[in-house]
Amino acid sequence: MTRGIRAMRTYLPVTRLERDSVVAAHRWAYPSRRHVGKLATANWDEDSITMARTACSDLAVDGHALHFCSTTAPFAERANAGLLRQSLGWPDSTLVVDHGGSMRAGSTACYQQLTHSTGRAIVVAADKRLAKPASEQELQFADAAVAIDIGSDDLVCEYLGGATLSVDFVDRYRSAGEPFGYAFEQRWVRDEGVSRHVPPAIQSALDDAAVDVSAVDHLVANLPARGRQAIAKSVGMSKAVTDSALDEDVGDAGCVQPLLALAEVLEQAKPGATIVIVAFGQGVDVLVLRVNRPVDTGFQQQLAAGRDDSNYLRFLSHRGLLDLDWGKRTERDVRTAQSAYFRESDQISAFVGGRCPVCGTVQFPRTQACVNPDCRHIGEQEPYSLVGAKGRVKSFTEDWQAYSPDPPLIYGNVEFEDGANILMQFTDAQSGEVSVGVVVTPSFRVKDIDERRHFRRYFWKATLARGVH
Amino acid sequence: MAAGIRDKVAVIGMGCTTFGERWDKSAADLMVEAFQEAVADAGIDRDGIEAAWLGVFFDEQNIGKSAIPLSNALRLNNIPVTRVENLCATGTEAFRGAVYAVASGACDVALAMGVEKLKDTGFSGLPERTNGTFEDQWLPNSTAPGAFAQLASAYSHRHGVAMDDLKRAMAHVSVKSHANALHNPKAHLRRSITEQDVLNAPPVAFPLGVLDCCGVSDGAACAIVARPEIARELGKTNNVAVKALQLAVSNGVEASHSSWDGSYTITTRLAAERAYQEAGINDPRADLSLIEVHDCFSVTELVIMEDLGLSEPGAAPTDIRDGRYDADGAIPCQIDGGLKCFGHPIGASGLRMLYEVYLQLLGRAGARQLADPQFGLTHNLGGIPNRNVASISILGGL
Repeated sequence: MTRGIRAMRTYLPVTRLERDSVVAAHRWAYPSRRHVGKLATANWDEDSITMARTACSDLAVDGHALHFCSTTAPFAERANAGLLRQSLGWPDSTLVVDHGGSMRAGSTACYQQLTHSTGRAIVVAADKRLAKPASEQELQFADAAVAIDIGSDDLVCEYLGGATLSVDFVDRYRSAGEPFGYAFEQRWVRDEGVSRHVPPAIQSALDDAAVDVSAVDHLVANLPARGRQAIAKSVGMSKAVTDSALDEDVGDAGCVQPLLALAEVLEQAKPGATIVIVAFGQGVDVLVLRVNRPVDTGFQQQLAAGRDDSNYLRFLSHRGLLDLDWGKRTERDVRTAQSAYFRESDQISAFVGGRCPVCGTVQFPRTQACVNPDCRHIGEQEPYSLVGAKGRVKSFTEDWQAYSPDPPLIYGNVEFEDGANILMQFTDAQSGEVSVGVVVTPSFRVKDIDERRHFRRYFWKATLARGVH
Repeated sequence: MAAGIRDKVAVIGMGCTTFGERWDKSAADLMVEAFQEAVADAGIDRDGIEAAWLGVFFDEQNIGKSAIPLSNALRLNNIPVTRVENLCATGTEAFRGAVYAVASGACDVALAMGVEKLKDTGFSGLPERTNGTFEDQWLPNSTAPGAFAQLASAYSHRHGVAMDDLKRAMAHVSVKSHANALHNPKAHLRRSITEQDVLNAPPVAFPLGVLDCCGVSDGAACAIVARPEIARELGKTNNVAVKALQLAVSNGVEASHSSWDGSYTITTRLAAERAYQEAGINDPRADLSLIEVHDCFSVTELVIMEDLGLSEPGAAPTDIRDGRYDADGAIPCQIDGGLKCFGHPIGASGLRMLYEVYLQLLGRAGARQLADPQFGLTHNLGGIPNRNVASISILGGL
């Protein structure tokens, strides 16, 4: 049975932190450091679950296995993939699996689904890693997610073969419960790790795929440009390495990176092209794919939609690396009544409102009595999802008094095209961007962080539908 | 429709503390201060009060729940006392309890007390509050100014009024209330300001600046009400009667239905219509001598002028700038300084408004006394435009 990729979507957060703003902040201590380019960085209300949720948005599937891959899953106990499934509104019979622990978490899950499974599965990788201020990692780490629909029919990309190799080569590590990782010398990693482990793995994969090295059109890897070129040269496929926007305009998105690199090249590859994907991290995964038809992964469009940001202090604050004084309003307790959440979890996590069975009015929240003043029918309402709906702003404010990690807190009344009206918080919007009549779409985000109980809760916020009027 | 309560209840005494940052006074102290004025005014013995209602909003911030704090503060004689809370309409709700008790014939004399001690929170602005275990999980973490500020964007959009023009009309609202408060020794904020001051004030929630917002104050106010016969027995000849007392409460339409565009308050319109009918007022623009409305923010007062039917739709900015609601205008609004400058100790505010109308009707308003007032209206808007409680009362001569 031919296995392969049916669809693929990326998610790049909108903010692009300018690396020279980071370098400038540390110049007093590291005067010789130079860096160009940008890093895709998540907002304060994004984490690997919310980014994964957004990446899955355009995949028209449900009810299949869901594999969530991340080294920065927000919960060590509470099924992250289970929350992701709930936010997708998929049935509770969905097989949900959390993968982690490696920069290969995403590629290994793909390998597993391509080689050891026959069913349909969504593999979604997302990472939002913390780097210590002034570290080299700080100038490399990026945030992103990629969702891949894997199956056996209607393939945009066929799996030809692959290989996996496990080596306990500790180029870097992050201990459980620790915020920051520790990286060993890059020259040693290059000479004793990448150069020794990757070439034979590529050869094994090509053998498995029965593809000659000369037939490879694209080589992508979670390695910097120079590392990719060196590997390509050593295995005789130099022409297969091309420039990647990831190097300067995105950064290194952890376990997402090999899949993000694939998403980038898939938008450019011609039908019939052969792609080799290399994922390095305590071993190597190699996947060999052949392109059936070009696919819009969203990568180029999201790359172009980035918004440059030179505010390094805000970046630090949003990462929790700078503890700013937000005033006494933050003392408000945001304890979550889990029993209340569980009762309403489809409303809160999956944004499912109600539709009146008598008059058809769509409303949020879903209640036992219709809000239409001409109806007011009392009785059960039909669940009605508001995910993906377009809304128009009826009224709004930019509130400088309310607590927000990203002031001003912008919120307003939104009327959705199907008739639901909701007072919503806006995100990824700046002062002056919102006005009455602008079009918004809901985005799954962190609502509150409960510092006292180390919990976070999620809801849907309005994001500006850029380019839509 | 029921007969209503017009002329069934007389206000025989009222009291109100100075509003402001009363650092040296507890909520109990403030209640005693307001009560002493009212009971002396009424000329009755404390034990003549047969039932009492206490209005407090932020119970957690000052005196806790229940009506016991009022019974304790005044050492009432174990009479029935009930605590009520209905957002910023809380004070008027306490008054409604007492008025209904007398109107029903259940008692001859009743007390309504409203109090709020806001300045023990440790910061300016209102304390944070919860919307409950479910709604806290999805409603934005909004503030009062932010919630009301949205009226401006929706009003501007609906009526095609440029935001700069709207802001100038809103500034006039604040300038007028500051000017009025200069003549009120009990007011919290007593200094005159200019339109430029308002426009240049630091932003709070677009398009509101600091001077578009009312004061956050400590204070208490109370009313003693009785059957009109009791008032006459007490030898009172110039009596103030309750003409109307109406309440309209949101049912979710504003928050969740497309029929509301965010530019006005549904409940104020409904409560006003009912109140005018109950009071027998056919032409409020001609009949109302003064109004005390819920000017928590300048834009609230602006849209309320239309919701009360006093300005044509879309005409409030012009009417306001033309001085229609100034002290010397056709219908003086906030002659005592309003929430803006008298201050806004939430549980007391409804009763503070009634206090001013009462003084005006009795000709006891001193330097700010209006000439021969006949009917005065008070209005509270509790909550936020998205879901609120609107109360309207009308007082007049008996």
